Amino acid sequence: MSRQWRRMLPARRVAWLVAVLVLLAVPLYVSSSWLRVGEFVMIGAVGAIGLTLLTGQAGQLSLGTPFFMLVGGTAYCVLAGRSTGLTDGDLVSLGWPPLLAVVAAVLIAAGFGLAFAPVAGRVEGIYLAVATLSLVYLGLYLGQSLSQLTGGTSSGRTPEALSVFGFGLTDDEPEISLLGVPMRDEERMWYLFLAFTVVAYLLAQGAIKGRPGRSWRAVRDNSAAAGVMGVPVARVRAEVFAISSAYAGLAGVMTVHWFGLLKADESEFSGSWSITVAIGFLAMVIIGGMGSVPGAVLGACVVNGLPLVLQLLLPQSSLLRGLLSGDAGFTPVVLTAFVYGAAIILVVLFEPGGLAALGRRAAKTVSSSKSTPQKASVT
Amino acid sequence: MTTFLQLTVNGAGRGAVYALLALGFVVIFRATGVVNFAHGSLVLLGGYVVFATRDPLGYFGAAAAGILAAAAGALLIERMLISRTRLAEPIALALLTIGVDVIVLEEIVRRLGTDLPFLNAPFGEAVIRLGGVAVLREQLVALVVGTVIIVAFFLAFRYTGWGLSMRAQAENREASALMGIRNSRVTASAWLVAGALAGVAVLFLATQDFSGAGLSRATHALALVAFPAAIIGGLDSTAGAVLGGLVVGLTEAYSAEYISFDFSKSAVYLVMLIVLVVVPSGIFGTREVHRV
Repeated sequence: MSRQWRRMLPARRVAWLVAVLVLLAVPLYVSSSWLRVGEFVMIGAVGAIGLTLLTGQAGQLSLGTPFFMLVGGTAYCVLAGRSTGLTDGDLVSLGWPPLLAVVAAVLIAAGFGLAFAPVAGRVEGIYLAVATLSLVYLGLYLGQSLSQLTGGTSSGRTPEALSVFGFGLTDDEPEISLLGVPMRDEERMWYLFLAFTVVAYLLAQGAIKGRPGRSWRAVRDNSAAAGVMGVPVARVRAEVFAISSAYAGLAGVMTVHWFGLLKADESEFSGSWSITVAIGFLAMVIIGGMGSVPGAVLGACVVNGLPLVLQLLLPQSSLLRGLLSGDAGFTPVVLTAFVYGAAIILVVLFEPGGLAALGRRAAKTVSSSKSTPQKASVT
Repeated sequence: MTTFLQLTVNGAGRGAVYALLALGFVVIFRATGVVNFAHGSLVLLGGYVVFATRDPLGYFGAAAAGILAAAAGALLIERMLISRTRLAEPIALALLTIGVDVIVLEEIVRRLGTDLPFLNAPFGEAVIRLGGVAVLREQLVALVVGTVIIVAFFLAFRYTGWGLSMRAQAENREASALMGIRNSRVTASAWLVAGALAGVAVLFLATQDFSGAGLSRATHALALVAFPAAIIGGLDSTAGAVLGGLVVGLTEAYSAEYISFDFSKSAVYLVMLIVLVVVPSGIFGTREVHRV
C-alpha cells in the first residue's frame, strides 16, 4: 500500500485525501436518513468488491453472494448474541465480544466459501453461476429451518450492538459529540461502515496489484496455461472463492446492523438474501466494470443507492411524485430495476469495461488536453 | 405404493412442463451459445398476454396469443440484442439477458399489480382415478400436452430441413454457413421456438394445481428450474433437457412428500450440485476439451 501511495501522482494523492476528508465530514452536515443511504451503498460496495474479485479478476461467475451474507449475518448474531432469557425463547446466543464476533463471522463465511470450493474448482462459467444459485435456495431452506440460529421468518432476531471496550459503534452509548454535532447511532454506524469499506477497498486493490491478482487473472484467461506456468489452479480458485465469501460475510454483518434485524427470507425472490439481491450484486459488478474495485463501488451507488435516494427525494420533487405515485406502481425499486437493467444492456453492447473504463477514458482525455503530449506512460 | 405411483404420475406431469422450458433453453444455447437468463421473463410475458386477452378471446384464443407473444418476445431479444453482438463472449451475452430479464420482470409485475391471476383452463379442476391412483386432471393434461410437443419437436429436429440446419449449425457454425445454411435465420428460429415452448409452459405453471400461485414473481422463480433441468441433462443436449425436466419434476414430487415441502425447491438444486460434481457438463452434455 505504502509503495502504491509513493508511486501515485501528487494530483491523485490530493484527490484521495480530499475524498477521505469529505467522507469523514459527511455525518457533521447530513441528516441521518441520508446517512442511511450512504451506509446501504457501503454494504453493496463491500459485497460487490468481493464479487468483482471473484467474477472480474478470477473469471468465476457467482450468484451465491446473498448466501454468504446470510452466513455472515447469522454467525455474528449467534456469536455476539446475549441471551436475555425472557424474550428470545430458544435462540442460540454465545455472548462473545462483538468485535471478535465480527471477525469470526467473516472467517466462518470464508470457511463456507472454502467448503464450496470442490464444486467451484470443478465447474466453470455459466455452470458455476447456476451451481451457486443453488446456494441461495440452500440459504432459503436453512434460514427457515434453523430458526434457533436465524430467528426464523416471522420475528427474526436483533443483532447485538457492536461496541469496543464499552464504546458503542452502532448505538448511542456513551453520549458524545463531535464539533457540536451529537454522534448518535447513525453517525457512528457511518464511521464504522466507512472503516469496513476502506479496509475492504485497500485490501482488494493490494491483492489485485500483487501476486494474488496476477494468479487470478492467469487462471481466468487460460487455466491450463496458468497451470503449466506453475499456478496451482485448484488452490487459487478455492482461495478467491473463500476471499469473496469473506467479503460477502462482512456485507452480511453490515446488513443485519443496518436493518437492526436478522430475518430469514420467506421466498427465494424477495428479501435480503434472495435471488433478486444476487442479481443486484452481479449488476453492480457489470455496470462498474468487471474486475474494477472503484467500479464496484460506483455500481453499488447505482443499484443500492438509487432506490433509497428516489424514496427520499419523493416528497420534495413534484416531477418524481407525478412519476412514482398513483396506481401505475412505478415505485423507486421498479424504476431502479429499469435503470440497472438498461445499464447492463448498454454496458455489454457498448462499453464492456463498464463505468470504470469510461472513467479511465475521461481521465485520459482531461490529462492529455491539459499537458503537452508526452510518451504514453507504462502502467 | 399407491402414494408412490401417484407421486410419480404427478411428478412426471410437472417434469413434462419443466422439460418444455429446459428444451427451449437448450435450443437457444445450441444455436447461439447464449445461456438465456431471460427465459423466466418470456414465461411471464406469455402468461401476461393470456391474462390480458382472456376476456375478449376466450381461453384457447388467449392461450394462442400468449404463445405467440412469448415467441415474438424471444425473437425480439435475438434480433435486437443478441444478433448485434456476435463477437461478444458467451458470458457477456448471458449477462445481457440478465439485463433484459430485470426490465421485463419488473414491468410485468408492475402491470399485474395486485392481480395474481390463475391461468386455469376452463374445464375446471377434477381428480381422475386410474385404478386406485388419483391424478389431478391439470397434471394429466400437462403430461399429455408436454409429451406430444416434445415428440413433435424431436421429429422435426430429426427429419426436417430446419432440424438438420439446426444440428449442422450447432456442430460447426462456419462450415454450415459455407454449405449454404443461413445462420441468422436458424438462430432466429431457435429463439422463436424456445419462446413458444415457454409460452406453452406458463399455461400450466400458473395454475392452482401446479404451483398454487397465480401469475406473479413466483412464476418467474418457478421457471428458473429450467436451469437445473437443462444443466442436469447437459446444456447442449436436447434429450438431456427432457431427462433433466423429468428428474427435476420427480425430485420435487418425492422430496415434498417424503422429506418436507419447504425442502423440495432446495432438493432440486442439491441434485443438480451432485450431478455437477460427478459429471461437470451434465449427463448427456459434451465434455469441454481444453487445448493449450
